[in-house]
Amino acid sequence: MLHEISSPLTKEMVKNLKAGDTVRINGTVYAARDAAHKKMIELLNKGMELPFDVRGQIIYYVGPCPEREGQVIGSAGPTTSSRMDAYAPALIELGLLGMIGKGLRNDKVIEAMKTHSAVYLGAIGGAGALTANCIVGQEIIAFPELGPEALRKLQVKDFETVVIIDSYGTNLYEIGRKKYNRA
Amino acid sequence: MKTIHTEDIIKAVEKIAVEANYYLNSDIYEALNRGLEQEESEIGKDILSKLLKNAEIAGKRNMAICQDTGMAVIFASVGQDVHIKGGSLTDAINEGIRRGYGKGYLRKSVVKDPIERVNTGDNTPAIIHYDIVEGDTLKIIIAPKGFGSENMSALKMLKPSDGIEGVKNFIIDTVNNAGPNPCPPIVVGVGIGGTMEKAAILAKKALLRPIDIRNDIEYVSTLEKEMLSKINDLGIGPSGLGGRVTALAVNIEVFPTHIAGLPVAVNINCHATRHAEAVL
Repeated sequence: MLHEISSPLTKEMVKNLKAGDTVRINGTVYAARDAAHKKMIELLNKGMELPFDVRGQIIYYVGPCPEREGQVIGSAGPTTSSRMDAYAPALIELGLLGMIGKGLRNDKVIEAMKTHSAVYLGAIGGAGALTANCIVGQEIIAFPELGPEALRKLQVKDFETVVIIDSYGTNLYEIGRKKYNRA
Repeated sequence: MKTIHTEDIIKAVEKIAVEANYYLNSDIYEALNRGLEQEESEIGKDILSKLLKNAEIAGKRNMAICQDTGMAVIFASVGQDVHIKGGSLTDAINEGIRRGYGKGYLRKSVVKDPIERVNTGDNTPAIIHYDIVEGDTLKIIIAPKGFGSENMSALKMLKPSDGIEGVKNFIIDTVNNAGPNPCPPIVVGVGIGGTMEKAAILAKKALLRPIDIRNDIEYVSTLEKEMLSKINDLGIGPSGLGGRVTALAVNIEVFPTHIAGLPVAVNINCHATRHAEAVL
């Protein structure tokens, strides 16, 4: 099934997304990976505000290549999500409803997703040049000193993703593998 | 004795750093096209065709195939009749990386210290492996290594009694545990024998061999084919979403080892398996 969505998301919208569905995103997603997540959690631990209101938002796990003149962004495919597992539950509790990345998530993240109705979407790992085509705007909003790991606000157009783990905990990696496993 | 100037080395490294990141090698193109025919899953086919399209876009627009333009791994074969003029060879290689990653709009992915983690800003230092060889040429290979796949690699010191079955199990377990993380379809480099570090370097060097060429040693060639077939039976598939094409190839290298040991290293690469070379 194909869904067209744009942020901010609502829990009701997220509950409609099922593992294996295609989700085409238009609008804002926030780019953050390891170092930006660490800094955000440090801010939270100090009782300070995050650089953006995560409620209803989508975080894309990406650290893009620099852009040439006239280009919006360089290659910008997903990075491995499991490195953000240590930080994701705290953001989901604050109202983050979507994450885009690639690869496995741990049980704590999946439990938080089920409790708070969040979704984990997959982009194609290794297709960074293709994905850059869907990014029509980027702005660094915090931690510029982190270079490729700075926190960015991205505008995307027809960014196609697949629901990997839905808000009920159904996992496309497990379903897909079971279907084709003959070991 | 041949004299090679460091400025020529810098230029050569700059050039191959960019080439390796922009252009997919022909053996990979062919393997992806073959994979497209073999893949049974619709979503798997879609992903393989998008990886081909991605390579086309990257090549045409002079963009990196993948945003993780890697840590620059260099294999330098230095002819013993070569004299290097103008400074240190290591400095020249790092300067080439600095320029290539800067002018090529490649991502700077290296931190100065593994614990303090401040970005060096120019993707240096490179990881450089030197071999001293006969002759008067300097051959430099760059293999930019992304860490989505590097992180899923593993090394184990098996016992001689574990034998070839132990090796097979370790390869399959490593790929199975990696699952969707290293951006399948993957290329698997395996090093068997030597010492701990030798096995790891062999595994990395195995990834430099074109993926349509099998090892000269008969039992190793048979093992490569068997492992590829077993890996593709796991069902992980493109992007890990289920399918037949989990790996494009398994390249294995072997080396003499100690009477008490059987080291095995499995180095996983993403589909792109980037590498380029220059000979001076």
